[in-house]
Amino acid sequence: MTDVMHSFDLFAPASIEEAAKLLDKHGKEAWIVAGGKDSFDWFKDRVKRPSAVIDITGLKQLHGVSDKGNYISIGALSTLSEIEDSSLLKKNFPLLVEAAGRVASPQIRNSGTLGGNVAQDTRCSYYRDGFPCYRAGGNTCYANTPTAMNREHALFEASRCVAVTPSDTGPALVALEADMVIARDGKTRTVSAEKFFIGPATDITRMTVLEKGDILTEVRVPKKWAGAKQYFEKVADRETWDFALVNVAMVAKVSGGKVSDVRMACGGVQCTPRRLSNVESLMKGEKVGAEMETLAKRVAARGAKALNYNHFKIPLMGNLAARAVRSLA
Amino acid sequence: MDMSENWKEDVAESEEFDFPPDPADDFEWVPATKEVAGNMPDLPLETWQSPSTSRREFLRGVVCSGVAVSAASYLWAGNSSEARAAVRGVERLVTLNINGKNRRVDVAPNETLAHTLRYKLGLTGTKIGCNRAECGACTVLADNTTIYSCSTLTHQSRGKKITSVEGVAAPDGTLHPIQQAFIDELGPQCGFCTPGQVVAAVGLLKKNPKPTEDEARRALSGNLCRCGAYDHYLKGVMRASGRA
Repeated sequence: MTDVMHSFDLFAPASIEEAAKLLDKHGKEAWIVAGGKDSFDWFKDRVKRPSAVIDITGLKQLHGVSDKGNYISIGALSTLSEIEDSSLLKKNFPLLVEAAGRVASPQIRNSGTLGGNVAQDTRCSYYRDGFPCYRAGGNTCYANTPTAMNREHALFEASRCVAVTPSDTGPALVALEADMVIARDGKTRTVSAEKFFIGPATDITRMTVLEKGDILTEVRVPKKWAGAKQYFEKVADRETWDFALVNVAMVAKVSGGKVSDVRMACGGVQCTPRRLSNVESLMKGEKVGAEMETLAKRVAARGAKALNYNHFKIPLMGNLAARAVRSLA
Repeated sequence: MDMSENWKEDVAESEEFDFPPDPADDFEWVPATKEVAGNMPDLPLETWQSPSTSRREFLRGVVCSGVAVSAASYLWAGNSSEARAAVRGVERLVTLNINGKNRRVDVAPNETLAHTLRYKLGLTGTKIGCNRAECGACTVLADNTTIYSCSTLTHQSRGKKITSVEGVAAPDGTLHPIQQAFIDELGPQCGFCTPGQVVAAVGLLKKNPKPTEDEARRALSGNLCRCGAYDHYLKGVMRASGRA
């Protein structure tokens, strides 16, 4: 049983301008909440205790999925269920629909948002429990020690911190070459999904480029991959609710039995969704078949540095890559 | 032994019992000395009172000022409650639509819907199991979609139609087909997860009146049952499908 949340001031702005003003006024003490599925756990555990909580669910313009010609715009406050049920996305990007449908449980998908799913913090249990690790501003990593429980941690690009991205929609958006629109001080900027997620080498205290004061408003999925072959698979300890041990997202264009273009990304193996560029390069221009599967399996996890308990992720990654390739046949 | 008024003396006489000295016996209350006052430079010595009195006074003061503040927010709030919420935070007194009725409740900003339902409105059918969006015992419907009320701020439920397990049956007490089917299929064992299972199943039938077994399994996947009666609940949903 957890504690009640610490006491805070709750603000419910009705426009982005008001929200920006509040963020500016409260600075480091401000905390944005939408579905709150990540935030309230932090608050109940009393690990994070911001004094000003800004509920942005009243920002109507950040809801909904719409076709904008070149791209499909998904408001950051669209719930994962809305994405799952959207006929527009089902038709164009079944990969994203599949990924959103594999997040957590129905109740969480009904209130959890796409913005929250990509912006959520890592699930490293040491960090979550309030250990003063690198990510929390301390000077050690508790997950990367000889006796630590680190079966859920990173294989690649660990830099002091070995936490991984927990998002299911993240790898899907990276594969689809989506763009994230971020509002700050009345201006907006666009960041590609691949650059949106950042690793510990860039900033160890953040998972994304979002800083205090930024609001993720929209996700734009270009139609480049609409109608292409798409594949998503997630492996977790439990079929429902649980976070991915490894997930894989792939988009591919196949013509005449040969792969003309492909993008593949894996979640749960690195702090950011990992592009499997060596798999992509061996697939391009080649004939789909058993040989490609074998090769993909062999190179998918190349360069992985396993910790004490997460070796199993290496064959898992290879198998998922091979299954993605098999789906093209 | 017959307990008389002066039982201490009786015991002492009968068994030659030596009571340990009671420190309160020779306690003499003395006013605060200069050292104490020295720690409170802002207060003149004569205003200092014994802790018990000052605490009572303090509480009375806080309660009064609380009333004054909330009354003031009523008088001068005007019509722009949205603008107020943006600048000065949300109103504490909110109207919630629960089971078809509007209820006025005083809600703290950090209060969860499960807390409000159980401890402010007395709707204890909604259970709090894990209190962190994992087990599903607190499931309620918000505008006909299921949510975990333990991980939703009550303030976020304003303007939504909330249905808890108490609002599932008909007003005349006739059970919802799901409830009847769960009874017929012996769904509940210990019963703690049942309210959540009922609400999740009702939510499914509202969207999809005739679900397949896989769809039903998926819809109930956010509700844990530690007795392991998942198959019973699933059979219940299938029995009720098409009847709601």
